[in-house]
Amino acid sequence: MVERAGLRHLLAHAILLMGVCIIGFPLLVAFIASTLSAEQIAGESTLSLSLGSHGLETWKTALFGGQTRYGSTIAPVLPMMITSLISALAIALGKIAISLLSAFAFVYFRFPGRTLCFWLIFITLMLPVEVRILPTYSIVASLGLLDTWTGLTVPLMASATATFLFRQFFMTIPPELVEAARMDGASPMQFFRDVLLPLSRTSIAALFVIQFIYGWNQYLWPLLVTTNESMYPIVTGIRRMIGGGDAANEWNVVMAAALLAMIPPAIVVLTMQRWFVQGLVEREK
Amino acid sequence: MNTSRVVFGNTFLPWLLMLPQLTIIMVFFFWPAGQALIQSVMLEDAFGTSRRFVGLENFHRLLNDPLYLDSFVTTGIFSILVAAGAMIAGLLLALAAQSVMRGRLLYRSLLIWPYAVAPAVAGILWLFLFAPASGILPRPLAALGIDWNHLVDHFDAMVLIVIASVWKQVPYNFLFFLAGIQSIPKSLLEAAAIDGASALRRTLTITLPLLSPTAFFLLVINIVYAFFDTFAIIDATTQGGPGKATDILVYKVYHDGFKALDLGGSAAQSVILMTLVIGLTALQFRLLDRRVHY
Repeated sequence: MVERAGLRHLLAHAILLMGVCIIGFPLLVAFIASTLSAEQIAGESTLSLSLGSHGLETWKTALFGGQTRYGSTIAPVLPMMITSLISALAIALGKIAISLLSAFAFVYFRFPGRTLCFWLIFITLMLPVEVRILPTYSIVASLGLLDTWTGLTVPLMASATATFLFRQFFMTIPPELVEAARMDGASPMQFFRDVLLPLSRTSIAALFVIQFIYGWNQYLWPLLVTTNESMYPIVTGIRRMIGGGDAANEWNVVMAAALLAMIPPAIVVLTMQRWFVQGLVEREK
Repeated sequence: MNTSRVVFGNTFLPWLLMLPQLTIIMVFFFWPAGQALIQSVMLEDAFGTSRRFVGLENFHRLLNDPLYLDSFVTTGIFSILVAAGAMIAGLLLALAAQSVMRGRLLYRSLLIWPYAVAPAVAGILWLFLFAPASGILPRPLAALGIDWNHLVDHFDAMVLIVIASVWKQVPYNFLFFLAGIQSIPKSLLEAAAIDGASALRRTLTITLPLLSPTAFFLLVINIVYAFFDTFAIIDATTQGGPGKATDILVYKVYHDGFKALDLGGSAAQSVILMTLVIGLTALQFRLLDRRVHY
């Protein structure tokens, strides 16, 4: 029995290690490529799995932009990261705020039109913006919101998932709490601020991780609504770096930029892993 | 909906609380969705100067368009491959993670990070690995007798987007399967072990059947993912090509609307896609209901 369990553990470790390697492989190659020069990558026979010596130079070009030795101009990634950060924070916090309020209304009030509101929000649950992309774009354009922060972020807050998560969570809060609050003469908003919000901290953290990543990783929407280079988020900006085709791409800079694009959301996921996993798995229940 | 809990007796405040969310979904969701519905029964020229009512002609045209029907088939093949690949890999890793004693959290961290990677970036990473001239993979493939070129070969292009999409989706399935496995009562597995069932047999006869609700749920999620969220992967890698080999439905909506400027056709495609998503959502909720009663 003991021997067989040992063998089983060995097999499990083997499977996991293989998984870790396959999943990590693109990351490793991207990092190596970012330390090579563009010539070394383009020269077919030289790309091997060892670090090059051009790392500092490549990362500097990616972050701050500039001319490469090939003569192409690279747009700086750092301002794009700042755009991404601002819009991801706005989308995440905006969604959390509006969803907290509407979930509060759903659970703690009975008002005419409540069921209608519920269904209106429910329908938006899984319909991604890609599906109705053209009309949404026309509306944002006709409202004069192209190249604005509002146009970049607010349409992406139209989603129901957060509302449902908070509604679910509020319904697990014992009714005695609201009874007690009412007996103490607390107004609805006092109850919301002093009781509900502190209790929702974990849910808010979990949702923040998921929505931050959602916001940071947006691609098609920024591609359409931003035409001004100073408003490109990084994910959209990188895509514009690889227009040249395989041979013309400066893959070393592109890979450095790709790594820069994934470091912030990866840090958020890994440092807030406990809440993230809980929020992800709970959300769907 | 009908919970008997104490409520506040205010009628104005709840509307005020709902207002921000309602405004946003009205302006950025129902208005465009309504526009899509209207446009789908209209014929409009590319500059929007004239438009007239044409009834179901746009739909009729679409459903008789071999390119659109091909796109359905492409989407079907693509989503089945992505869902199957990502679910099998996720399940295998979750089963393995559950059976190790040490390092489970470390493995989890090392396995879930692609969840944070943007689909467009995932596409670019794999595009580089498979780049015919400068990538690292085509050479070993050539040694195996595979002449890789996703810019020309339809099959290679499909393989590329499937791999990139699966890679990005494995963490999600892994986490859900792991949660599913952990919620199986230990007593069941212990009882089976005492009865002399081997580990393999316990997995096959207890763990896997009890995971079927999770698997059904994930199937719907993965199909929705393959249908819609892979847009950026395709745009970053193949852009629907070569030819129309990777032109899935959501990519065609965008392409026909923004590049080909076929507004009516694109709107009709939006309406068809919306119907599909609503159908999938309804299906998912029925499955969830069943899971609750399981």
